[in-house]
Amino acid sequence: MREERSRFTYHESRIQYPMSLLELGHIHKSYPDGWTLTDVELTVERGEIVCILGPSGCGKTTLLRVIAGLETPDGGQMLVDGEDMTHTPPHLRGFGLMFQEYALFPHKDIFGNVSFGLRMQGLGRKAVAARVAEALALVGLAGFEHRDVNQLSGGERQRVALARSLAPRPRLLMLDEPLGALDRNLRERLLDELPQILHRAGATAITVTHDQEEAFAMADRVVLMHDGRVAQIGTPREVYRRPASSWVAQFLGLTNLLDAEVAGDGIETGIGRLVVSNLKSQDSNLKLLIRPEAARLGDTGSNIVHGVVTERSFRGERYRLGVRHASGIKLAFNVPANIDLPDCGAPITLSLDPQALTLLPAEKNTG
Amino acid sequence: MQDAGKLSRLASCILPLAFLLLFYFYPLTSILSLSLAPDGTLDLSTLENLVQTPRYLRILWFTLWQALISTLLTVGLALPGAYVFARFEFPGKSLVQALTTIPFVLPTIVVAMAFSALLGPRGLFNNALMALLGLDRPPLDLQYTLTIILLAHVFYNYTLVLRIVSTYWANLDPRLAEAARMLGASRWRAFREVTLPLLIPAVGAAALLTFIFCFTSFGVILILGGPRFATLEVEIYRQTINFFNLPLAATLSILQIVFTFALMTVYTRLQARTALPLELRSRRTTQRKPQNWRERLLVGVNVGLMLALLATPLGALIVRSLSAEGGLTLDFYRSLFYNPRESAFYVPPGTAVFNSLGFALATTILAVALGLMAVSALTSRETKFLAKIRFLDPVFMLPLGTSAVTLGLGYIVALDEPPLNLRTSPLLVVLAHTLVALPFVVRSVMPSRQAISPRLREAAGLLGASPWRVWREIDLPIVARAVLVGAVFAFTISMGEFGATNMIARPERPTLPIAIYRFLGRPGAANYGQALAMATLLMVVCAVGFLLIEGLRVGEIGEF
Repeated sequence: MREERSRFTYHESRIQYPMSLLELGHIHKSYPDGWTLTDVELTVERGEIVCILGPSGCGKTTLLRVIAGLETPDGGQMLVDGEDMTHTPPHLRGFGLMFQEYALFPHKDIFGNVSFGLRMQGLGRKAVAARVAEALALVGLAGFEHRDVNQLSGGERQRVALARSLAPRPRLLMLDEPLGALDRNLRERLLDELPQILHRAGATAITVTHDQEEAFAMADRVVLMHDGRVAQIGTPREVYRRPASSWVAQFLGLTNLLDAEVAGDGIETGIGRLVVSNLKSQDSNLKLLIRPEAARLGDTGSNIVHGVVTERSFRGERYRLGVRHASGIKLAFNVPANIDLPDCGAPITLSLDPQALTLLPAEKNTG
Repeated sequence: MQDAGKLSRLASCILPLAFLLLFYFYPLTSILSLSLAPDGTLDLSTLENLVQTPRYLRILWFTLWQALISTLLTVGLALPGAYVFARFEFPGKSLVQALTTIPFVLPTIVVAMAFSALLGPRGLFNNALMALLGLDRPPLDLQYTLTIILLAHVFYNYTLVLRIVSTYWANLDPRLAEAARMLGASRWRAFREVTLPLLIPAVGAAALLTFIFCFTSFGVILILGGPRFATLEVEIYRQTINFFNLPLAATLSILQIVFTFALMTVYTRLQARTALPLELRSRRTTQRKPQNWRERLLVGVNVGLMLALLATPLGALIVRSLSAEGGLTLDFYRSLFYNPRESAFYVPPGTAVFNSLGFALATTILAVALGLMAVSALTSRETKFLAKIRFLDPVFMLPLGTSAVTLGLGYIVALDEPPLNLRTSPLLVVLAHTLVALPFVVRSVMPSRQAISPRLREAAGLLGASPWRVWREIDLPIVARAVLVGAVFAFTISMGEFGATNMIARPERPTLPIAIYRFLGRPGAANYGQALAMATLLMVVCAVGFLLIEGLRVGEIGEF
């Protein structure tokens, strides 16, 4: 393990280049058929795993293709190690890209696939063989060199694709829906393994996914994209704790959003006056996010809310609890499974933890 | 259920085979026995004579290398065009596609005349140069040169390569080449190492057809090459028509068949080894509008080349058909519709058009039906069954390598007595055309059908589909595009077929090419002009047909 790390390490370069590995500024791209990227800014540091997360059609794959050089942006700049690479052709960028569904060369065996990038670098026969063996060992396929890629399982194909992208030691590795084509068990396992492999290789990586769990599990930082724009950038925790907009909150599955107005040291909402912990803004027209874990049963504590139980479904370690307030507003909570809940239709009293209430900034009118 | 599957497999292999036995092998054996054993006993003196005469070996050598050069030129020119058609959407694309298919439907005589009208000593090109440079002599004499032969062959076969390769290429995942680019390969390297090897089945099929077409080239060589050049086909014709030496003609055509059969065998072996189960992509995901100046330039240059290559000879043909001594005139067209000399040869163009369309439709239906059966048998998943019938693959290609003249002669000799007396039946023409068209249908459909991932069929089978339903619901929709290409080929081959039709068509039921040939065969500028006018009409009929098919295709088949 230690040997592999030293062979595959990229960290030395960090000392020589103080600037970020990748800086995108004001990237614009529009297509005749309507796909667009608008004013995308993004910085990627060395050794970091950044995950671009968004629904399908949000422009995340397009952004990846622009970074790869497979598409040319209409405007904006892309710096790599401080050098302008906006118009450098893809094969001279030194990047790797693992395609969705992998795009393995069907006319080459595993060795032919993994060695491809090494041959392009002009390495000698022996060096190529050694590096292929190394890359295959890294993904757990040591000794599989001469298997036919058309006979492999989904997980094996994914590993071959990963080895193929890693073997030339790209300074930036991009992965487009790396786990999208896999079954659930395999996904779970590779979700743990993939970041480990990437870190072990010391690679800087950008992955793209529509799956929140995948993004949170893999990423050092998450980039949320919506309609061709960056909606928020932050660590998974930051993004989840402080969504930048109600769209982000909703995309992350946080559905308890109420219109709110600041009134003195509290806020006025449709379910009554509430106290929040982070009251700074004085804007009207705010949104209040109530996290699903905010509810405590009973009338002790602050932010007491009365309602009727509309749903209680057992989910193993927790209950999913649906509550309707007298105003008609519906809220959904997660409560520990060891609590006895009233039946559906019965009244219920909850207190909401001020720590779990977040005020979102005022909505801009543009999407 | 297993029995039903076995039965349908057997039928799909036996029906096309029976067709070939009756209408290909039987006429050929008839003519063979007539020539090699005229008195019922074997007489090999003709064959000995042939092998010992250097003249025939020279003819064979010329036939081979001119075909090779023609093929290399055509593939080299058509590959960039196939890329443009496979990967880009651009305004007027279907029009360009239809236009580029026109040369293929033209009788060889018309193509030859078009080139002579363009590049000959009295051609438009020389006239223009003479006027421009003030010369009193044509500066460029290409009549009876290899150059004009090669040009005509490229003109003729460009479409073939373009169609077959671009259909296959359009369904090839563009991310494979992109993956190579991301691994550090330049555009050229990515093409050479990834795209080209994956295109091999289609390029191989197209190149092979082109080679065989040039190998058996007849009208182009006869008219543009003059007395200096002769391919085997031309020699067969000369031996038959000029010297009535049927035994020698038959022996030459057997030589030709042996060569093409060998080529086919090598090729199918090669193809079986190179066909990979690709995940075909829907066209919608592989085609897009050109996005930067580089892509626009690529599309522009290729479309320009296509139009220049294809439009100039045809343009020359049209201009010539419209010009007489006094300038522009419609006289040649008007004179088609009356018969001043009460000639018994007079053929109303309307009747010829009607005949040709009828024959072509019948041919298309028959050729596609037989072709699909053959392909379905030859790509069977039953490996035991496949191993038993694999030898049939080159057999289905045999008619391609057979001289049309020989074929026509064989029909006359073999199919004029009971139980198969078809001498006066219009069916005879349809059978001959189907025979010529069948290999094109098979070759067009094969690559895309072979590339269907077996998993798709297995998935459908597991969902409860019978083998017939699997074929209808999985294979047919995916292969439909390729089938359409095959159907277009069958239709156009029938419209333009000349060599065999000339031998077997009844005088009262001529096709368009036959009518043109009759006008060409008579001396004088007026008859020549009328032939050009009818050739132009044939061109228009075909272009309209193609636009219809292209329009249908866009509407009916969205996915592939």
